[in-house]
Amino acid sequence: MRLKLKIWRQQSRSAAGKFVSYPMDDANPDMSMLECLDVLNERLIEAGEDPVAFEHDCREGICGSCGFMINGVAHGPLPATTVCQLTLRHFKEGQELVLEPWRARAFPLIKDLVVDRRSFDRIISSGGYVSVSTGSAPDGNAILVSKESADRAMDAAACIGCGACVAACPNASAALFTGAKIAHLGILPQGKPERDVRALRMVAQMNAEGFGGCTNIGECTGVCPKEIPLEVIAAMNRDYIRGSWRERDNLVTTIRPFTEWSTGSKLKVDRATE
Amino acid sequence: MATTVLGARDVRPARFWASTNGKKAVMAVTGAILFLFVIGHMLGNLQIFEGPEKLNDYGHFLHSVPEILWAVRSVLIVSVVLHIWASVQLAVRKTKARPVGYSHRDNIASSYASRTMYWSGPILLAFVIYHLLHLTAGVIQPGGEFVPADVYHNVVAGFQVWYVSAWYVFSMVLLAFHIRHGAWSMFQSVGFNHPRHTPILKKGALALAILIAAGYISVPVSVMLGVVK
Ligand code: SF4
Ligand code: FES
Repeated sequence: MRLKLKIWRQQSRSAAGKFVSYPMDDANPDMSMLECLDVLNERLIEAGEDPVAFEHDCREGICGSCGFMINGVAHGPLPATTVCQLTLRHFKEGQELVLEPWRARAFPLIKDLVVDRRSFDRIISSGGYVSVSTGSAPDGNAILVSKESADRAMDAAACIGCGACVAACPNASAALFTGAKIAHLGILPQGKPERDVRALRMVAQMNAEGFGGCTNIGECTGVCPKEIPLEVIAAMNRDYIRGSWRERDNLVTTIRPFTEWSTGSKLKVDRATE
Repeated sequence: MATTVLGARDVRPARFWASTNGKKAVMAVTGAILFLFVIGHMLGNLQIFEGPEKLNDYGHFLHSVPEILWAVRSVLIVSVVLHIWASVQLAVRKTKARPVGYSHRDNIASSYASRTMYWSGPILLAFVIYHLLHLTAGVIQPGGEFVPADVYHNVVAGFQVWYVSAWYVFSMVLLAFHIRHGAWSMFQSVGFNHPRHTPILKKGALALAILIAAGYISVPVSVMLGVVK
């Protein structure tokens, strides 16, 4: 099948970027969007040109590496599908596809379609864990988890951290991602002891990263490849309000957002400013 | 002597307010107060259909105890100020959060009302200022002289001017949009969302938005049609 790709090309964060059109006359409808880019890149390499940079790893929709805008929709037109799982047969013969990277201040561009999503990593490391005592293996049924809690936690835990929610949000807010991480631990009994401080710390880090604020618009859940519901944002708000009310000491710290690639540099850990 | 400087981060309410989530919680609570006021105000307005006496008596009753009147007004003013302050800060954050925009971005899962809150809000503010100058303070007198004790006369005279009515109807339609999103979104902001109840809340918000706007709009329309004169 024939397709026309219009791809955002940008050498580096500081370079100016522009759209470049590439005709694809030999696209196979069974190829995924990423395989289509592979074919294009082989052609570019043979011609001595710079291949299109895009991020990928598992190519089976579970790692969260891939993702870009296709014709103005994050991960393209198919619901609950990452670009690595999106096959070309869903497009029309001769259709033009505009590929653009996620755009947000907290996701600085690295090259072409690749953005730096370490802001997500910092949100997770600020509170996305449960503390357990190490030692002998715990008794299998020592902590009972209800079916409903297990299901809800599992639904929230399905988030793969792809960043589509931020990309699609008119506010460029990371509320759906942060909410998913807070909810998936907070719902389980194992995550309850740190429920308050987890919400306080993860929210503080999210706000320190320069994401926009959530105004409950709901574009995020529409593009989310894992269909994370808006409910997790309410769970985050609830835990944040609860945590702010019950907090005894100011234990909240944030990591200063950094966008450079470190070569043995030290992390500066600040107290929360937000 | 060493002194400890207390920064904003050491004052708990300030820290809560500084977070985007805290601001939205404040917007939810203040929005709820304003929402209740808007319902009460509309029910009061509808008394115009019971004749001049009823409406003027009601107006007189509202002003009968100045302490209560001003207490209510202060709550409303504080709510309006906080609501706007938070929204302005969130809007500023929004512009900073995406310095390089998309060539094109589609909306696939959101309501028109939710995406236009930053438009309906400021226009409603302009309307409220105009409305207070017109029918509370009597500074603007589009339809002839303002008579402080004769609410009925002021309303009818004002709405007989077509552009006053048009501006009013337009603003009330925007109010409906604002409520259609705000009335369910406030629950989300304070942490309530349930797969079974939230859809009911959304439908309720839509129904109330339409009812409230219809209630308000019925007054200028009746005046223009000569039903109320
Ligand atoms: S919430 Fe959905 S869209 Fe956002 S990062 Fe997780 S999987 Fe991606
Ligand atoms: S490459 Fe892993 S989700 Fe697409």
